[in-house]
Amino acid sequence: MTLAQYAQFSNYAVASATIVVALAFLAHVAEWGFARAVVKEPVAVGAGVSDVEADELPPRSDVFGRIGVSLATLAAIILLAGVVSRALAAERVPWGNMYEFGVAGALISLVVYLGCVFTSGVQWLGGMVTGFALALLGLSMTTYVPAGPLVPALHSYWLVVHVAAVMIAGGLFLVGAAASVLYLLKARAESRGTVGPVLKRLPALGSMDRLAYRVHAVGFPIWTFGALIAGPIWAQHAWGRYWGWDPKEVWAFITWVVYAGYLHARATGGWRGKRAAYIAIIGFVTFLFSFYGINLFGSGLHSYAK
Amino acid sequence: MSDQPTSKRNTAPALGSREFGRWIWRQLTSMRTALFLLLLLAIAAIPGSLVPQRGVDARAVEAFFSRNPTSAPVLDKLGFFSVYTSPWFSAIYLLLMVSLVGCILPRTAVYARALRARPPKAPRNFARLSGTASFTTDRDPDDVMAAARKAVGRARVDVVDHELRAERGYLREAGNLVFHVCLVVVLIGVAGGGLLGYRGSAIVSEGDGFSNTLTQYDEFSSGALFDADKLPPFSLTLDEFDARFELEGPQRGAPLLFRAQGRYTEKPTGDQKSFDIEVNHPLSIGSTSVYLVGQGYAPVIKVTDAKGNVVFDDAVPFLPSDGTYTSTGVVKVPDAQPEQIGLQGFFLPTAASVEGGAAISLFPGAVNPLVGLFAYHGDLGIDDGTSQSVFILDKDKLTPYVDKDGKEVDVSLSPGQEQVLDDGTTITFVELRQFARFQISSSPLVKLPLFGVSIGVLGLILSLSIKPRRTWVRARREGSRTLVEVAVLDRVTRDDLPADLDDIIGRLRRALGDDEETA
Repeated sequence: MTLAQYAQFSNYAVASATIVVALAFLAHVAEWGFARAVVKEPVAVGAGVSDVEADELPPRSDVFGRIGVSLATLAAIILLAGVVSRALAAERVPWGNMYEFGVAGALISLVVYLGCVFTSGVQWLGGMVTGFALALLGLSMTTYVPAGPLVPALHSYWLVVHVAAVMIAGGLFLVGAAASVLYLLKARAESRGTVGPVLKRLPALGSMDRLAYRVHAVGFPIWTFGALIAGPIWAQHAWGRYWGWDPKEVWAFITWVVYAGYLHARATGGWRGKRAAYIAIIGFVTFLFSFYGINLFGSGLHSYAK
Repeated sequence: MSDQPTSKRNTAPALGSREFGRWIWRQLTSMRTALFLLLLLAIAAIPGSLVPQRGVDARAVEAFFSRNPTSAPVLDKLGFFSVYTSPWFSAIYLLLMVSLVGCILPRTAVYARALRARPPKAPRNFARLSGTASFTTDRDPDDVMAAARKAVGRARVDVVDHELRAERGYLREAGNLVFHVCLVVVLIGVAGGGLLGYRGSAIVSEGDGFSNTLTQYDEFSSGALFDADKLPPFSLTLDEFDARFELEGPQRGAPLLFRAQGRYTEKPTGDQKSFDIEVNHPLSIGSTSVYLVGQGYAPVIKVTDAKGNVVFDDAVPFLPSDGTYTSTGVVKVPDAQPEQIGLQGFFLPTAASVEGGAAISLFPGAVNPLVGLFAYHGDLGIDDGTSQSVFILDKDKLTPYVDKDGKEVDVSLSPGQEQVLDDGTTITFVELRQFARFQISSSPLVKLPLFGVSIGVLGLILSLSIKPRRTWVRARREGSRTLVEVAVLDRVTRDDLPADLDDIIGRLRRALGDDEETA
């Protein structure tokens, strides 16, 4: 294929993946919707769900939950094809401008989520993660630029390391933040005694809290490496200083400090649980702002190819 | 954390201030305070990303002042234009440092004791622990102890009276301490580098040179301990600047390559070597590095006054203001007779006329270069010695050249063209050159923060991934069989405890050589 064909293919793949992510999100919405349906009526289930005992058909919401995970997997595969073909079209790593940050970020959040589904069974986060990926893909459409070469400032292999590490950490932070949001919702419902059918499907508070901690404990060192080691090394090479309080650096630092606060909160009496969850959510908001917002609203050295 | 028994003996009244100091210290070094300070530091960092910072972009600060004449001075008093050196920001991180050190020191002492300590005794009642199990076996308690030693794997193990005590995961706290010590190292490195280093920038046009002395810098800042006489005596000449842009396609005009080529000497008497500086590829001269941080066009302008004397002939850097390199610049001709002359205007690398007669630049490459200037005569205001930016023309005492209709004269020149003004002054656009903006900096302790943060991350990974665990195995004879009780205690709650307990039991029973059901 020619470069133009790769670029064309990439656009189709990203668009298809967006549709599949939207379907995955809808499946999870249906999962919640059917959980609300009061009566547990026996449901005839179509083909495709094999690991079910014949006499104990799963309720419809379970089926939709699994459809959601399958569609998220499919979306991740298509999106991967889109990102790879984008790289082939541009002849470089596929994260050199805002459109590509958005698409690659959506891919990585899906992959990290599916990885966590595989290791820790976090299907219950599906709705939040696919909703987020959908929003990110939609947002990147508004910053679309055709595939092309990099501006000279990005001609460095640190682009690969720095951005990849930061995006992986971001994927983990997303999973952690989603778990924290659901934790807070369920904790509130439990304290009021109003745990509805949707929240009842979630794991126990303790295991949601531990999952959130585990993903943050993995994400935080990766963030430290990506934002505070790889970033400064590159900055030293490119701009002659490793740290200059550029707006993006400021927000990367703020994100780091907030997540450091989260880890300390977990070890402080009276801050475990709810308050730590709030800090995790604030941390993710600061991450989003440093990853995406500052490029849209702010200026500075990191404002490449808006 | 630092509850020394000696403090109990001291009576309160005589030591009021000491007690108070102790109380302050305990408050400052508590985890709650550390957490509070961390969140406060995050909030305090925000203004620096919203308001321009002097250390980052001094020109943007000036622009902010002129946009917000009422609020800017107030913000300035509060230190909002230099947040990261402001007293309040410094206060937060210094308190955080004190809190950090106050946390590290006692914890190191505790850890040192823990390293020498033996694993603790088993609790009398295993039922209180969440992870317990028991089974019976034919083997005698001594065999059980030997098997248990194998089953607990790598751990510090004591066996007393058929009770095995094992503890592992010491590296967690070690990693934690290493990480926090490394933060201190990083901050020392950053502070030291700031005190000893310097940073400056200079614009050099093709054909021109730069020698590393203070007067040659356009901007210069250095740490308090830096001695300007110790600037390394190198010099360089820019021979050629290569800028390439995407010629076609949707990204037409996107920059592809910037490269500055020339020669440099490390010492005035040294050999001349060639250099090739690109973005991301600085030139290192000793501990100093030269970075390419900007570029633009520098038309060579020649001004001949009415008497025929060449009063100006030099490359004038025009600062680009957008992606098509529409640039603005100023020429000051103090030696012109009878009056000084000032020129102010723009440069377009690829000029094209649009409707209404105004010219714009279509492309950043120099395809159809055009200089457009307004000419002024009078007093440039530089004779009294006040310093002035070379990019700003002070028009207070200048009068524009006007044509017969009273309109300002618009000097519009392509390379090689000249224009004669009414009073006989000739302005020539001799040729087009490019300029490079170099940043020259030295950060002597740069390796220290890098080293600190790299080791720190390794410590962090240890402290977050290692799961400290205590395991106890008790064996006692009950009739003809031996009852084996196992208990595990995790100091960090985990999800995999039941499975893990089964795992230990399994290993223990395999080591014992029997495979009965767990009782």
